[in-house]
Amino acid sequence: MPISDWFKAREGRKYTTTSADAPGDLPDGVWVKCPSCKHTLYQGDLDRVADVCLHCGHHFDIDAPRRIELLVDEGTFEETEAGLTSVDPLRFNAAKPYTESLAKAKAASGLPEAIVTGRALVGGHPVVLGVLDFRFIAGSMGSAVGEKIARAFRLAKREDRAVIMVTRSGGARMQEGMLSLMQMAKTAAEVGRLASAGLPYISVLANPTMGGVTASFAVLADVIFAEPGALVGFAGQRIIEQTIHQSLPKNFRTAEYFEEYGMLDAVVPRGELTTTIALTLDYLAGAGVPAAAEGAACRIVSAGGET
Amino acid sequence: MARFVMEFERPLAELEEKLAELKRLDIAVTPELADEISGLEAEIEKLHETLYAALSPWEKVQVSRHPERPKTQDYVEMLFDDVIELHGDRAFGDDEAIMTALATLDGRRCMVIGHRKGKNTKENIKRNFGSPHPEGFRKARRAMKLAEKFGLPVVTFIDTQGAFPGLEAEQRGQAWAIAENLATLASLRTPVIAVGIGEGGSGGALAIGFGDRLIMLENAYYSVITPEACASIIFKDATRAPEAAPCLAMTADDLMRLGLADEIIREPRGGAHRDPASVFASVARVVGEALGQLAGVPLDELVEERHRRLEAIGVYDE
Repeated sequence: MPISDWFKAREGRKYTTTSADAPGDLPDGVWVKCPSCKHTLYQGDLDRVADVCLHCGHHFDIDAPRRIELLVDEGTFEETEAGLTSVDPLRFNAAKPYTESLAKAKAASGLPEAIVTGRALVGGHPVVLGVLDFRFIAGSMGSAVGEKIARAFRLAKREDRAVIMVTRSGGARMQEGMLSLMQMAKTAAEVGRLASAGLPYISVLANPTMGGVTASFAVLADVIFAEPGALVGFAGQRIIEQTIHQSLPKNFRTAEYFEEYGMLDAVVPRGELTTTIALTLDYLAGAGVPAAAEGAACRIVSAGGET
Repeated sequence: MARFVMEFERPLAELEEKLAELKRLDIAVTPELADEISGLEAEIEKLHETLYAALSPWEKVQVSRHPERPKTQDYVEMLFDDVIELHGDRAFGDDEAIMTALATLDGRRCMVIGHRKGKNTKENIKRNFGSPHPEGFRKARRAMKLAEKFGLPVVTFIDTQGAFPGLEAEQRGQAWAIAENLATLASLRTPVIAVGIGEGGSGGALAIGFGDRLIMLENAYYSVITPEACASIIFKDATRAPEAAPCLAMTADDLMRLGLADEIIREPRGGAHRDPASVFASVARVVGEALGQLAGVPLDELVEERHRRLEAIGVYDE
């Protein structure tokens, strides 16, 4: 289904996606319990504040269509490569066949693939945007996702656009074996080619960004932002615990943790993300580009992500 | 010397043991032993042939991990002359899980980069069993840039279970270090030849593991995830790795079939450790040929062609 239909379908919706651990004892779709502070929230309120808890600032996980809705200038998103989808090159069948996982992912997400790409304006800046959707086999990168990312970068280069990638992924897609691993190299190569054309690339690490997605295009951006509380890293949490035989510190590998260790530029609350990206593009995208959205011009991102 | 026996070799090892026992008996006292011995010898020879004729992916994984299998430092020592090892990433430390060295193959000056496992427990602890931390990947990247600056072709030896999954490795940016290497390798303006000599585990392998050529030893593997980690995700049970291995298309033959590898170097029956000298000779010849083919290629063309190789990877529908 084209993404425009998605937005249309959402107009009459009762609720939006919340964390998987949302409690089942509340009437579906109207009230949501914050998994962090346990406050009960009215879904209508959450919609207005970009799915961030009004009490504690917890950022609810959001899907790709919702992310696009929040990020781009209204009505400017034009999806690209919507017909590019995964096949089953290895005839992978361990525990369950890959074809079954794909079918389930499509049904659950309503999306043809784990990433949505397209042209858009952000604060007036022409960009190519890519957003991974975690509901689709954990937002994992196989051949189709890698190819869509590569094409997004090439499109940006052809049309003189900046690239914005919003990542939520478990990493490389196991079910396509080495073809998936090589997408890391392929996407990294495309980042390099965009860079040599002098065009900016901004990434936003959302919860969670792991494995082969972190270790390729996601952290090669000119400027890396992350959402508060997002889990970011390479190896899986359990594998690390098994290797070092100790439990991990509570804030280990959150966005804030990596900001402290100097691995990313800023943790930016979701409500400020669009204006922050637009303002950054004002700096990086050079002269002749429309100014950033109203209200963004005087905002300074400090280490703590505050104004 | 007692050889390390891999799981699938056990039936053979048992027969060999039995044969040794028989041979210790006095043949003059029991002459009928001679028949038994020759019968057993024939049986062993037959088993030898069938056992190693068509190794399963999981058996190849065992061969690739054989403790006596030749390792990066063996190749450097046996194939290359005038070796100068280069240490450190100029930022944090010297990760011994990665070796970088100036080295000469048949008169050709090269930069060698390889994962470095140890030959024994003591060495393995020092070298973290060949699993690098970020500083290891950064040391490799420094070697790549140095090679590019001075026009030295890069030869890499891939042999790791993967990047080290530890707290400090994550803290210092394991993902960032790997990603930087991928971007660097993709556009490096000098030839890059990658050789899979043992284990090729995930991003930690890829970080020094692709270029203008990918050459695989017959029993080396290269995989998006180790079979154990795959099994622990899919079956919630790492011991079911033998079932996961064939699903991952990770053998040298699989890589050829998928168009990812350029050449397979055949190993002596039973694995490279059975006759390392012949393997060294084959690797020297194949790498030498690749260096020769790439030596004259203009750098713009070389990098363009490498990009085309990467662009072509992937199977999808549209």
